[in-house]
Amino acid sequence: MGLRLDKPWLSSEQVLAKVRGQMGVYQFANEAGEVVYMSYAGGRSLGGLRGEISRSLTEQSDATQVRYEITTSYLSRYKELLMLHQADYGGLPTHHPSIRLGRLSPAGGTNGS
Amino acid sequence: MDLNLTPEQDLIIGMVRRFVRDEIVPLEQNLDPDADELEDEDRLRLVAKTKEMGLYGLDIPPEYGGPDIDLVTRTLLAVEMSQHRAGLYAPCYGTFGGAGLAQLFEATEPQKEKYLYPTLRGEKRGFFGLSEPSGGSDPARAIQTKAVRDGDDWVINGGKLWISGADKADFGLVFARTDSDQGRNGVTCFIVDTDQPGFHVRRIVHTLRSAHYATELQFEDLRVSNDNILGQLNKGFAIANDRLTRQRIPYAAGCIGVAIKAQEMALEYVPQRETFGAPLSTRQSIQWMLVDNDIDIRQSLWITVEAASKAQQGESFRKEAAMAKLVATEAGGRVVDRCMQMFGGLGVAKDLPFERWYREMRIRRIGEGPSEVQRHVIARELLGASLR
Repeated sequence: MGLRLDKPWLSSEQVLAKVRGQMGVYQFANEAGEVVYMSYAGGRSLGGLRGEISRSLTEQSDATQVRYEITTSYLSRYKELLMLHQADYGGLPTHHPSIRLGRLSPAGGTNGS
Repeated sequence: MDLNLTPEQDLIIGMVRRFVRDEIVPLEQNLDPDADELEDEDRLRLVAKTKEMGLYGLDIPPEYGGPDIDLVTRTLLAVEMSQHRAGLYAPCYGTFGGAGLAQLFEATEPQKEKYLYPTLRGEKRGFFGLSEPSGGSDPARAIQTKAVRDGDDWVINGGKLWISGADKADFGLVFARTDSDQGRNGVTCFIVDTDQPGFHVRRIVHTLRSAHYATELQFEDLRVSNDNILGQLNKGFAIANDRLTRQRIPYAAGCIGVAIKAQEMALEYVPQRETFGAPLSTRQSIQWMLVDNDIDIRQSLWITVEAASKAQQGESFRKEAAMAKLVATEAGGRVVDRCMQMFGGLGVAKDLPFERWYREMRIRRIGEGPSEVQRHVIARELLGASLR
């Protein structure tokens, strides 16, 4: 597992055809490739990643691309990805609600790994 | 020796038991099964309650505003506070407060003004930075982070691993080698500010726990004032050692609490669950698991209370603390494992807390010094000079 989420971006149709019910984290990007939202499928998520991604897509109208990572460490990974986004871009993804986070200063700077 | 609770202990323990049952457990029904934090609204409401109960900041010495409760009672309370899903690493989700870094009670007055008092007021957070990739249980040899004197400052280079809370901290206690020829007498404890250039939290270390993660730190020419030495130059080992020893008692207590809760759930379940026409409770294999659990819990509890009692009386408790940590973490793992077995498929599902306890309990045999190091400590205490 790399520090940043480096799975390939998929269209919403592609991802819903592929993703299953595991626990994990996911990100949405807009047409320009900017990450606009991220979340996780945890131990109580109905339908796991598939259920969460499917539900979130209906709420994020400008999300055109999706990528995900299967992990049982979904809470720590989710926070790590948010902190990395904050370190790289100076803030949370556009549609992300505010959240108490720590600070990371990853080696290699922006988009390094 | 009187093993009964005093009326005061009975009263306080009852209050905390009801708090866990009535306030904490219901909230967990709506939290992620791996959560280690409450929503702000709930946390603030419950902190107000623990303050009202006079039990906030249990580990803060009375001269700093703590409630003046002896260590044996605090140990028994720690057993109670861990009796819920998140109880092992987030007992009562921190709503009873903490003492911050206890080592700061020995700091100079200016250091207390800058770090201790704001921490006690909840305005600052600190971390404890001892372990390195080269190890944590043998600080005299494992510490490779170096601090070199430069005028009125020290310049620190190196790294730390398995450090909790560093990404959210305002400062931390960092142990660094200040004399490479002196072994344990060449380690110094520095108070470092996390907003200084050269302080980096490089990554989260993902483990069996999903929440309450550890981090990896790197120091690149991190400058620290000579005034920020905690204690004396080259005397940091004693600070680290004292912390490692004291921490073993609450660490053991948390494991006992979870084991008690797991056993309580099993005792409630096995008379109801039927297999082949009879309740599980009638099966000898199940009865023996419950018996072994009870013995494991009692052994752990009494050894841990003895360690707390010795510490409370100012006696040497190094051997007893190591024994408590060793016995309680290993017994806790066995109890949770047996309870999972009794619950069958339900035991491994996230609907119930056993799978979380099972994962987190496994870490307890390694964290704060693995079982093998505890046995080593006990052997040294038993054999004394003949081993050295």
